[in-house]
Amino acid sequence: MAQYAVLLYPRDSADPARDAADTAAHQRHSDELVASGALVGAFALTPRDMATSISGDTITDGPFLDAKEVVAGFYVIEAADLDAALAIAQRCPAVHNGGVEVRPVAGSLTPGMTTTGSGTGASSAGGSGPGGSGAGGSGTPQR
Amino acid sequence: MTDVESAVADAHRREWARVLAATVRVTRDLDLAEECVQEAYAAALRQWAQAGLPDNPAAWLTTTARRRAVDAIRREQTARARLPLLITSELLAASEPSESCTAAEHPDALALIFTCCHPALSQDAQTALTLRLVCGVATADIARSFLVSEATMAARITRAKKKIATARIPYRVPGPAELPGRLRSVLAVIHLLFTAGHTAPSGPALLRADLVDQAMALAELLSELMPADTEVRGLHALLLVTDARRAARLDGNGRLVRLGDQDRSRWDMTALARAHDLIVGCLRAGPPGRYVLQAAIASLYTQDPTDWTQLLTLYDRLLALWPSPVVALNRTVPLAMVAGPAAALTEVGRLEQDSRLAGYQYLPAIKADLLARLGRTAEAADACRLAFTLAANEAERAFLADQIADYTQLSWQPDQPEQPEQPDP
Repeated sequence: MAQYAVLLYPRDSADPARDAADTAAHQRHSDELVASGALVGAFALTPRDMATSISGDTITDGPFLDAKEVVAGFYVIEAADLDAALAIAQRCPAVHNGGVEVRPVAGSLTPGMTTTGSGTGASSAGGSGPGGSGAGGSGTPQR
Repeated sequence: MTDVESAVADAHRREWARVLAATVRVTRDLDLAEECVQEAYAAALRQWAQAGLPDNPAAWLTTTARRRAVDAIRREQTARARLPLLITSELLAASEPSESCTAAEHPDALALIFTCCHPALSQDAQTALTLRLVCGVATADIARSFLVSEATMAARITRAKKKIATARIPYRVPGPAELPGRLRSVLAVIHLLFTAGHTAPSGPALLRADLVDQAMALAELLSELMPADTEVRGLHALLLVTDARRAARLDGNGRLVRLGDQDRSRWDMTALARAHDLIVGCLRAGPPGRYVLQAAIASLYTQDPTDWTQLLTLYDRLLALWPSPVVALNRTVPLAMVAGPAAALTEVGRLEQDSRLAGYQYLPAIKADLLARLGRTAEAADACRLAFTLAANEAERAFLADQIADYTQLSWQPDQPEQPEQPDP
């Protein structure tokens, strides 16, 4: 298993008219994620007006990238491979209103827990050897 | 070339994908598998010369490459930091390919193709990886085909391999739910390779025979691996029809010859007949997809006399399935024959408003032909000049330069309608 971050870029996240229907759709998706056991964590962000950006010594208001779409939230899932991760992300409502981006997680750090790394180079973390396919859970990242 | 050399070259062309695919199953590492397969082919050159040709060259190569892979894995189990291992499905991992497996029962080669053409890779990366891994073309040769430096191409291939490993793009044939979408990207890569070779986007030669040959070989391989899929057979037929006219597309001086003026005795009639059978079979199997329709259109163009009404019907069906402005533009060619050049010109005028066709050289080229047929030769010459400035291929530019001269001299014979060469129906 590997971790993938799903970044949500809805087209009109600021439109209050969409909010009720949208919230219900996202709630259904997150219920699914929790029930499937794939979800590691999820975070919804406030609108772009609330963002403050820092670059070098300069602090400015607004999101870092001056684009129409901004990250409205993200969640991290565990999936066997990219196809499995894409299949989960395709069920996210934001796919039909803007889009989502799926990125493999290179490593994570949660205070009080052991650091995990599933990125390149660490040959033991990414998966098991050619023979045993993860039996015994030795290759599974810690939850 | 000695007998052994040509036997090895033959096995390289026909079996590379299957040998590599079966070896990847052992290594679960594309780079290591490539090395081992290359070594196996080198060993074949030496050993076949001494011991004679094996009964089953593919099985010999596969066994040799896999043995080397097992040795290499033992040797360097901990030695080098490799990319994460490929994700393979257990079902396939468990099944050892038999010594004499045919394509149909060999899912590995298909898995290799689908992995190389995964939509998570850019199309540039997909085509490069497919040529390198499925066709076994050397990186330097791929770089030459796409007019980039070898270092650029090597970096592109390395990045793609790294993404396959890091993002865990699985090494397997997609399940039924994903298959149609994923197959589209495989067919698109083969078609793109063929198109890039058939009319090179730039440069002195019209054809890049190497790319055409690789695309044909891929279409052939995919037809063997997925014989039941009509779109796979449709693409194969489309390439066969288009390539059958290869020898007649240029005259003795390397000049482009219009379809209507081509010497039909130089067409490959065997390929045309084979394509025709494939198309008829696909059309009988159910509602045709995009490639079957394109193949049927290309095939109809080679018939004399041309059935323009049926061509128009096929274009209408293709347009309904695939609303591409290029298809709509090509549809104006039979439209001109069925409804007259004035009606076709109105349609071209409408398509000129489509920003997706801005800079598309075949629009002014078709427009010039229609204007000339209506006797508006001065406007035709203008349209031709625009096409000339947009064309980058030297053979096409020379052809257009001749047209401009013709139209300028008002030497048009209105009772001899001509058809422009169809670049991509």
